[in-house]
Amino acid sequence: MKGANHPLECELAVIGCGLSGFSAALFAAERGISTVLTGVSGATMFASGLLDLLGTHPVETGTRWQDPWAAMEVLFKDHPDHPYARIGREAIAGSLEKVVSFLKSEGLPYLKAGSGNSEVMTPLGTTKYTYYVPQTMWHGVKALQEKRPCLIVGFKGLTDFSAVQIAETMADRWPGIRGTDVVFPGSEKIVGLVSGDIMARDMEFPGNLEKLVHEIRPFLENAEAVGLPAVLGMNRSHEIVEELSAELNRPVFEIPTMPLSVPGLRLNEAFTSGLSARGVRFFVPNRVTLWEEDDAGFLLSVGNKDQKQSLRAEGVILATGRFWARGLRADRDKIREPLFDLPVFQPGERKDWHRKEFLDQRGHPANQAGIEVDNLFRPLNEKGDPALNNLFGCGSILAHQDWMRSKCGSGLAISTAWAAVEAFASRA
Amino acid sequence: MRTQALIIGGGVTGTGLARDLALRGVQCTLVESGDINSGASGRNHGLLHSGARYVATDPGAARECREENEILNKIAPHCIEKTGGLFVAVEGDDEKYAADFPLLCSKCGISAKSLTPEQARELEPSLSSKVFAAYLVDDASIDPFRLSLENITHAQKLGASLLCHTKVTGFEKENNRIKAVHLVHTGTGRETVIEPEQIINAAGAWVAQVAALAGIKIEMLYSKGTLLVTGHRIANRVINRLRSPGDGDILVPGGTVSLLGTTSVRVDSLEGLRPSIEEVDLIVEEGSKMIPTLSGIRYIRAYAGVRPLLKMDTELDDRSVSRGFLLLDHRDAGLENFATVPSGKLTTYRYMAEKTADLVCERLGVRAPCLTHTEPLPSTPSGMWTEPAFGPKKWGMESRMETLLCECELIPKNAIESVVGAIREHHLDLDLNAIGLRSRVGKGACQGTFCGKRVLAFLQETGQLKGPEGLKSLQEFLQERWKGERPVLWHSQIMQAELKEALYCGSFDLENHGRPGQS
Repeated sequence: MKGANHPLECELAVIGCGLSGFSAALFAAERGISTVLTGVSGATMFASGLLDLLGTHPVETGTRWQDPWAAMEVLFKDHPDHPYARIGREAIAGSLEKVVSFLKSEGLPYLKAGSGNSEVMTPLGTTKYTYYVPQTMWHGVKALQEKRPCLIVGFKGLTDFSAVQIAETMADRWPGIRGTDVVFPGSEKIVGLVSGDIMARDMEFPGNLEKLVHEIRPFLENAEAVGLPAVLGMNRSHEIVEELSAELNRPVFEIPTMPLSVPGLRLNEAFTSGLSARGVRFFVPNRVTLWEEDDAGFLLSVGNKDQKQSLRAEGVILATGRFWARGLRADRDKIREPLFDLPVFQPGERKDWHRKEFLDQRGHPANQAGIEVDNLFRPLNEKGDPALNNLFGCGSILAHQDWMRSKCGSGLAISTAWAAVEAFASRA
Repeated sequence: MRTQALIIGGGVTGTGLARDLALRGVQCTLVESGDINSGASGRNHGLLHSGARYVATDPGAARECREENEILNKIAPHCIEKTGGLFVAVEGDDEKYAADFPLLCSKCGISAKSLTPEQARELEPSLSSKVFAAYLVDDASIDPFRLSLENITHAQKLGASLLCHTKVTGFEKENNRIKAVHLVHTGTGRETVIEPEQIINAAGAWVAQVAALAGIKIEMLYSKGTLLVTGHRIANRVINRLRSPGDGDILVPGGTVSLLGTTSVRVDSLEGLRPSIEEVDLIVEEGSKMIPTLSGIRYIRAYAGVRPLLKMDTELDDRSVSRGFLLLDHRDAGLENFATVPSGKLTTYRYMAEKTADLVCERLGVRAPCLTHTEPLPSTPSGMWTEPAFGPKKWGMESRMETLLCECELIPKNAIESVVGAIREHHLDLDLNAIGLRSRVGKGACQGTFCGKRVLAFLQETGQLKGPEGLKSLQEFLQERWKGERPVLWHSQIMQAELKEALYCGSFDLENHGRPGQS
């Protein structure tokens, strides 16, 4: 490669800044591996902030499980090629604990119900099953369980969160739920859309919390809990939620929002600061465009034509995600992996990719497409052998899973990252 | 319930007929089994022909198109964008067809100005370098939704009634007349009986089924045509392939986007019609011979309509079967007050309506003359939000202070208010698909991901949709968008679809909402 710059050196290059790439960098750093994180950030602002493990199995019947570990035993039997089946329960649980305790140390505490799933409210008024819940949303789990009188409060201008819509949709199973809109402190004069991240940062200004309490109080009536969109602060959200609970004299909780998702941004900030502190070097946001391999490992070309840097790494973890993140690319005739041109497992022709009903419970066959790996999470070539020395894959790019329908996205991202780093660490 | 004239079918013919009759003082009722333009009227190119496309195959139809093109430009300029059109032949196309074209046009009185390939590419830089012949004609783009909505709105102002989601279930005959027509509301199941003096079957692809209820057999052929919507506007003019009509040979601008089509696939049933992936690929390949960029650009969605063709000569291919206008008066079946308009073209809808109204008026003894060729079609709020570029224009002018419910198409909240108002005013069922039909909601790049939820929230916040039916409406809306997205899921649009699924399924578990199987 004709890179004018001296290449950046590291043991491990992680490509991808979603939850899987972040987790891989964390596990590598904790093992003392010198790590560079590269790729294009962005996926986390779409993340709800909930950490799913396994909510639904089999997806065909939409069966939801209180106990994700029991569901997983069935999954292992039904789908032995699912990435979870290559890892096993203990490592999956252990990797999640590591990430959660890391997030706690970065000021982003999570809670779960024993070893089970929790039912949480969504911004559509539906519910879903998830595993780890941000502490700021925890009272919502209780409120939903007990169905006591509850007030949902939205903010004028935050168009993607409608308290009334949530309340209307839940009304038949939760008669005591009400929705109302209030003016967010400082946005009285703003007309049009207000972005959640701006609200979240504004929440941390002195005085705004009191103003918000003042706005909400007249609507409380018999409400025994208050739900708000998840924009209550960026760096000290759980303190803000606790202060609001104290001021309003009843439990306050956050509800996930549509993108731009503040809990996703909180995850992004927690990982960014925590990984930097642990010695991970960031080379973001940059797309890896070219690579070559020699005896010493990989030489990656990162950036665009105006600004290009080369990166030398002994091993690479590919955590580039699926179509949205461009880890996979669909042409009219075929699904491809654009960086390493790895073979992609996929349903036959384009007419087989998607079902006729968008919400078909079975999920779309294209969702199962992805790169196939061995037990060491090494992507395979056409012959079924590891495609490249010291190349590993993790996260949603992996084949034989449908994270959207199984509600297993975060668990998949984290546990496969763990497995990939373990495999790299034990390389010959 | 009584009415002078009952029109069955709310497409461009039926709504045009309603206005024609209303202008002549005839009290009419229009029943439509779905919503306005549910059939072929809402699933075509939106092309106002100059007539040039038909000069070789059907000179009579070509002349009718030319005349109607001029009339519509005068009476309904707000529904038309005077884009002009080009006919281009590319290497490999029949040279004789191209050489004969100008003479055939002039025989029909159609203006076709010869251009050199260089001149044509100067006008439309995206044209292929393989173009060897080009002619400039008076094609234009027309908004069929706005046209039908304005026609029915004006008819209603003049006393006509509109019953959407209402199906004809049977006719009661007495002597040589149909005495009563049985109707059912498809949503509520409520049955009504109407006693019309005259009945006009303008049900488009469904005319045979309606006529069968009166014991009349009409043999129809159905030809499915698929079209693609591009992510942005590709050319300023209508671009036609200068050859015998075939697949993927017309590109029509529609405001901010372009529409590329069509195909012609014989189908036996009208149920569950969707654009197929094979058709989409064929259209892209053929279209890119005229305009090479069409092979690499983003397509937002596809849609399919049916050309209803009267079965006369099965030897001909479906594009050659006359799509000219025919009016069946059913006298031979011994009925004096029933007529069928079996098929026709968007461009000549007004003429079809005029001839049909003449028959109805003759039968009713009404002597008032047709006025639709001179009386301008009023522009009303019912139709204006269907225009693809209207949002951005209006936004630029006066709406900056309004909350946007759709960022792809720049639709402010007050636009949805006015669309909802029109739906309420006409006593139609209010749901997201009805709003989508009357506006650009769901038509942009995100295909309803954000605007669908926001419009639902708006309806629930204003108390217009209550409880769980709201989410059902969203599910139906997402499914309606999906039909069009599914065949174009590659490159950017599969990314968009994945985001939508990640939210609605990954984050909201909407696929399992309201279904059994929950723990």
